[in-house]
Amino acid sequence: MNEINPPQAAEYLRFLPEIILIVAGALLMVLEGVTTTPAQKRRLGYFALAAIAAAMLGGVAANNNSGQAFHRMLTVDGYGTFFRELVLGVGFFCLLSSFEYLRREGAETGEFYALVLFSLVGQCILATANDLLMVFIGLEVSSIASYILAGFLRGDRRNNESALKYFLLGSFATAFLLYGMAWIYGILGSTNIDDIHNVLSGTDRIVPLPLIGMAAALTFVGFAFKVSAAPFQSWAPDVYQGAPAPVSAFLSAGPKAAAFAVFFRVFMTGFGPINGRWVPLVWACALLTMIIGNFAALAQTNVKRLLAYSSIAHAGYILVALTADSQVGMAAMMFYLASYGLMNVGVFAVINHVANRHEKFVHISDFAGLGKREPATAALLTVFVLSLIGVPLTGGFFAKFYVFRAALDSHLIWLTVLGLLNSAVAAYYYLKILAAVYMQEPGEATSTLQPLEPGLRLTIWATALGTLLLGIFPSALIGFVSNSAATVLGKLGP
Amino acid sequence: MNPSLPSIPLSWYLLLSAVLFTLGVAGFLYRKNIITVFMSIELMLNAVNLSFIAFAYQWRQVEGHIYAFFVMVVAAAEAAVGLAIILTIFKNRATLQIDDVDSMKL
Repeated sequence: MNEINPPQAAEYLRFLPEIILIVAGALLMVLEGVTTTPAQKRRLGYFALAAIAAAMLGGVAANNNSGQAFHRMLTVDGYGTFFRELVLGVGFFCLLSSFEYLRREGAETGEFYALVLFSLVGQCILATANDLLMVFIGLEVSSIASYILAGFLRGDRRNNESALKYFLLGSFATAFLLYGMAWIYGILGSTNIDDIHNVLSGTDRIVPLPLIGMAAALTFVGFAFKVSAAPFQSWAPDVYQGAPAPVSAFLSAGPKAAAFAVFFRVFMTGFGPINGRWVPLVWACALLTMIIGNFAALAQTNVKRLLAYSSIAHAGYILVALTADSQVGMAAMMFYLASYGLMNVGVFAVINHVANRHEKFVHISDFAGLGKREPATAALLTVFVLSLIGVPLTGGFFAKFYVFRAALDSHLIWLTVLGLLNSAVAAYYYLKILAAVYMQEPGEATSTLQPLEPGLRLTIWATALGTLLLGIFPSALIGFVSNSAATVLGKLGP
Repeated sequence: MNPSLPSIPLSWYLLLSAVLFTLGVAGFLYRKNIITVFMSIELMLNAVNLSFIAFAYQWRQVEGHIYAFFVMVVAAAEAAVGLAIILTIFKNRATLQIDDVDSMKL
């Protein structure tokens, strides 16, 4: 038994982003009660943006002081910092693009901003979790806030339905995850990810491998639900379609990135020694996810639902990186999620702009003539869509390139071939959007467009610029993610 | 260990936990009332708690108990949010049948 030492100051510093977000979120809840006018509420939104920016700086400070914290519950390393900054960035831009949306729906309230901050706390914990207990807490903190966000407009039937489905299936998945954790704890006597790795790779203890495999499979089910991998993807289309557009953007980029971060950390480090047992499972899951996502997207006419299926397909590509089970694969996953976060937040911001009040215009045909009405917005939308397809000079191209190169390095020839065929199929439904934008005459939606609001404009321009930068200078990021992945996998013994 | 208590083997607890968990899964999949579905999830979480406590007793460790407390706290928070969501569903649709909540289809 370890004696209990009080945490050091350095450990609090490593937890700084979460502390900033919690304090700011609690403050927002209090301030919400004393503000009345919409202008004041808007100022609460700016305060939340400032809090996220401060948390990002806090994340840098934490990284300069990297190490473990709170009895090895958290590990602050390059990998964790990368995902902290990624989810905070996603949160920042989703919040920025939500101002106009909330004003339009007459729902400007401080609790929206507070809930985004609380959800980010959970995701930051997930990014640095080093114990399955923290994985559980992080997932729940992130999810419970997200359930409310998905149904934020209480009077809207689609919002209700989205929240209900997200809540029921999310909790169901958590129960599986938890049951797996219970068995891991029961078999190994610890749920620390480093300990799991050491016991499984060591020879001094006899571990019942079939049982550990079953426990790992239960956690796999839980994680697969959270990242919307097939066959556990059925909630994603309804949730993303029904939730408010800025929230859909947030859910499809932030919690998903955090869940992937912890998915990779747990499986590649904790369960690394038994990879022979889970890699075939992930192989099948990756293929199924790509196929279901892409082929179901072909038939969609609602843009939000189409993007939900596209998000499932992208989860499939990322699972290809997990199947590769290598340092290159982990780095590819990090690059993929960064570029996916940028382009997805951008494309949802354009949808948010076109959708108008009560999301009246969210069909592909509603984008008709956008190229004539707003050439700049249409051009930026083109950047996002081309990046989602994976066309060179965009971040999406290098994301796919690195993932499939990692797969080839691990001799996954068939998975690579089938994955590439899948991305060819995907081009069809993405191009349907562009065809409507440029080749059709403006319809009701594009003729009644309001001028682009500054927050949305900033979001769209910044994410488009980021997407292009990743596509033209990928080496800047790939160097960092490779080093981070090497640190995560290198600190482990043989 | 208190020697005066007859000791029940660990496997019995685990078996009970597995049965409760399976009942929860079955209830989640086959029940049609949203409240019942929600209760099935709670049953699953409590089944997991039983496993944690049994394992913690077996290992003579406190970690399993800590898990159980966290699970209870999280389940309470989830119940608060979940019931609120179910309430808004009932307000807008006047039904608690899960098959009626299907406005979004292909």
